[in-house]
Amino acid sequence: MSPAAEGAAEIPSLSVAPISRAALALFAGASGDHNPIHIDLDAAHSAGLEDVFAHGMLSMAYVGRLLTNWVPQRAIRSLYVRFAAITPVHAQPACAARVTAVKDGQATLALTVTLADGTTTLIGDAVIDLV
Amino acid sequence: MGIDRDRALALTLAPLTFTVERGRLRAFARAIGETDPAYLDVEAAKRAGHPDLPVPPTFFFSMELEAPDPFGYLAELGVDLHRVLHGEQTFTYHQMAHAGDTLVLRSHIADAYSKKGGALDFLVKTTEISRCGEPVAESVVTLVVREPEGSA
Repeated sequence: MSPAAEGAAEIPSLSVAPISRAALALFAGASGDHNPIHIDLDAAHSAGLEDVFAHGMLSMAYVGRLLTNWVPQRAIRSLYVRFAAITPVHAQPACAARVTAVKDGQATLALTVTLADGTTTLIGDAVIDLV
Repeated sequence: MGIDRDRALALTLAPLTFTVERGRLRAFARAIGETDPAYLDVEAAKRAGHPDLPVPPTFFFSMELEAPDPFGYLAELGVDLHRVLHGEQTFTYHQMAHAGDTLVLRSHIADAYSKKGGALDFLVKTTEISRCGEPVAESVVTLVVREPEGSA
């Protein structure tokens, strides 16, 4: 096992600030996902929801930050996520990764994003080249 | 299921050419709370070995949204966008992309299937992203369509 893989038992987790309405508006503009259900309370209400909720791709972007904080981005071979639950506005996602397999110079990671109330909002995996 | 599978697989989606702009990458980096200067500052990017600001791992999905009518295929299949959720997302990476690159996105519907007795339909859209004919990345979007109650 390479030094990178041995050290991989502890991949630094990533915690972000609670997601504000301003953060959702900025992400809508910057990501190009203008679905009003994430930024317009009226649209959320008309869809039968009490409030707006975060874009799934915002959580995936946080997972991307966790990965690029840990390895150079060019080492990332693949990134898969399943969006398991919505992230309400003001929720505070925590991203975590752990190595589940090392083979042929690549590490497979299990990825999760959880909220303070224990809800798992995202489950995924990534394959990373070990250098 | 509510979606005509043969029709979905036969849909032709127009290719999209996208030129990556520094300002857009900086806006995206700020919006996701990025603190690594290599994603925000061109000089820091160069010190990290990049020719320019790198395209971060999940920004390829945003490129897909730059199509003139990014969800037009849903309307063609009779799917109401309000019933659609982003269920899964996969990216496969071949090469880094950077600000200044002109990328070509070619998409097709790769699969359509039903679960839970027709209560949920799934649409899988695959997008190949290339630069000068060389593969850069692949994006696979799985959309979940909740069928209206009673229609299953």
